[in-house]
Amino acid sequence: MPADLILTVAVQGILTGLVYGLMALGLSVIFGVVRVVNFAHGEMMTIASYAAIVAFSAWNIDPLISMIPIAVLLFALGYAMQSVLINPFINRPEHSQFILLAAVAIIMVNGLLMIFGPDARNVLVDYALDSIEVGPLLIDKVRVITAVLALVITSGLFAFFKLSRTGKAIRACADNHLGALVIGLNIKHLYALTFGIGSAIVGAAGAMMTLLIDTTPNIGPVFTLQAFVIVIIGGLGSMPGALLGGVLIGLSEAMSGLFFAPSAKTMFGVAILILVLLFRPQGLLGRKA
Amino acid sequence: MSIKLTRRQFAASAAGVALAAGTAPFNIVKAQTGKLKIGSIHPRSGFQAQLGIACQRGIDLAPKVLQQIGIKADVEIMNADTESNVDVARARAEKLINDGANVLIGAFDSGQSAAIAQVAEQKGVPYIINVAAAPQITEQGYKFVFRNFPTAPMLVGDGLNLMKGVFEKSGITPKTAVFMHVNDTFGQAMAGAIKAMAPRFNLPFQIVETISYDPQAKDLSVEIAKAKATGAELLMPVTRLNDAILMVREMVKQRWEPKIVMSPGAPGFYEGQFYKTLGKFSNYLLTNVPWYNPRSGMTQKLLDEFTKSYKGELFELNVGFSFEAVMVAVMAHNAAKSTAGAALADAIRKTNITDHVMAGGPLQFDAKGQNVNIKSVTLQNLDQRPKVVLPLDIAEDNLTLPLPSWQKRA
Repeated sequence: MPADLILTVAVQGILTGLVYGLMALGLSVIFGVVRVVNFAHGEMMTIASYAAIVAFSAWNIDPLISMIPIAVLLFALGYAMQSVLINPFINRPEHSQFILLAAVAIIMVNGLLMIFGPDARNVLVDYALDSIEVGPLLIDKVRVITAVLALVITSGLFAFFKLSRTGKAIRACADNHLGALVIGLNIKHLYALTFGIGSAIVGAAGAMMTLLIDTTPNIGPVFTLQAFVIVIIGGLGSMPGALLGGVLIGLSEAMSGLFFAPSAKTMFGVAILILVLLFRPQGLLGRKA
Repeated sequence: MSIKLTRRQFAASAAGVALAAGTAPFNIVKAQTGKLKIGSIHPRSGFQAQLGIACQRGIDLAPKVLQQIGIKADVEIMNADTESNVDVARARAEKLINDGANVLIGAFDSGQSAAIAQVAEQKGVPYIINVAAAPQITEQGYKFVFRNFPTAPMLVGDGLNLMKGVFEKSGITPKTAVFMHVNDTFGQAMAGAIKAMAPRFNLPFQIVETISYDPQAKDLSVEIAKAKATGAELLMPVTRLNDAILMVREMVKQRWEPKIVMSPGAPGFYEGQFYKTLGKFSNYLLTNVPWYNPRSGMTQKLLDEFTKSYKGELFELNVGFSFEAVMVAVMAHNAAKSTAGAALADAIRKTNITDHVMAGGPLQFDAKGQNVNIKSVTLQNLDQRPKVVLPLDIAEDNLTLPLPSWQKRA
């Protein structure tokens, strides 16, 4: 097999993996602080994708621009979801939270189906089919742009949690719930803020995804599952872990497609998950409970 | 509260029950001579939704067009969505029959059609498969299952024959080919048929690589990179719609330009959504596929009605085959003068419709319930719509090859 083919596929896999990582990051942030598994994660991303498609078809706004207002909208949606729906369930058994969010996911999918119908939709910007030549490699331009943006957003988020007062307060909530209560932090507000931030990241990832894949109302569950796999591999609650998990999944999908049957891509992602669960159950960059 | 019956009341009630039971068979006979209830069962949500909706359009237009051309169509259409899922298809078929459907028509997908066929056969309700190619469905010895669409070997046989015609007409004969196919029931059936039949057809090219993939794939970049690396001159894809779009998009991005891209018989390239999404990049691709005869008067009537009803939508084979499935059911109902399953199945078996929409010979079913007279044509996407380029007697435009460069088109 030619070396340039292997290298091209590997680079494409890493670039796609970075966007996967960004998508999973929202789930990881929410779980890391609120300890709620967002079963509507993929569906929220699909809503963001449709918002980007509407912005493009109605006003010709590039998804790389519309991702900013979409992230703000998703922040508001996430904040409201946590405040109104999830906070009352925080002290209830975990299975009731799962059922609540699974129900929200079903409502979202069917709502999208009612509004947009089942047809696949996409955004075809001017540069959508461009490629960049790097020596013997031919790299998809859109993948390069989205991967760089994924890195920028993740770095920004990392800085927010490390350097800002609000970020530190959120981390305090995640590290010691009781201690945070004792020092007078508004836990419910911080939870809602975290859910909003996680949702905003999903919003940005969803807008970007419209440049990479076609959107249908039914793609949500696929992404929810993929996000779970990624954050478990990387370590629940770990931001670098989410990116690493995404890259590993993107790379494994690409390389397994190249060396084995392309139809067996998912199998290799799940194989990595099983190996991680066997040898490092807390995830590659996760902390032991 | 307890209810006490006297002996006389009990006797009167029993007589009433007996009378009702005694007249029930007459009610059934009355229903059998009435309106024909056609259960249209297609994927109208899920990943095959667009294709199922296209089939549904053909079904919905059929009664009106049949009346216009002088065929009595006393029918009621009952609709069900398979949600692109085999288990749902089976359950919906059960429900349609339970709700009184006399005939089932569907279901675009081979896996779903196979599940419906089992239910229809068990219940003794005729089932006409409008679109689905897996040969095993009509190889089971079913008595109530019919198919007016070709099987995968028929598609492949016609497709490979037409390929030779394309090479001859264009003067381009590729020496190597890469075969890419979806790994669902239809894709596997096509792959099996190509593997079995290619040696018999003495094709001038060698298939250097076969690549299968999930029809719900979100990304085909690796598959196309692999195919491009073979340096094949011909790409033979067996696709569905969304993956066909992904495939061409990746070919443009990776600047892969084989001399010919020709499907041996599969959906994708000729669908309305394909043109809407890819625009100029949809042009020049070829598909060998059963298609409507543009020279038939009935086709023109159906086309006129379709254009009036569905502005901006593309009239293609799913519409035509679905229309013909209703026509078969209606004419069988008119001949049998009954809605009883056995009588309808007997009448369908005797079908002989010479004037119809799709290209090929008369609509007839063999002992296995398979229509053996449908013939494929070669379509080429020109001016962002599919046009018949072979056979020449029904051609709408001239064949244009080799595939022009993607970059020049951009």
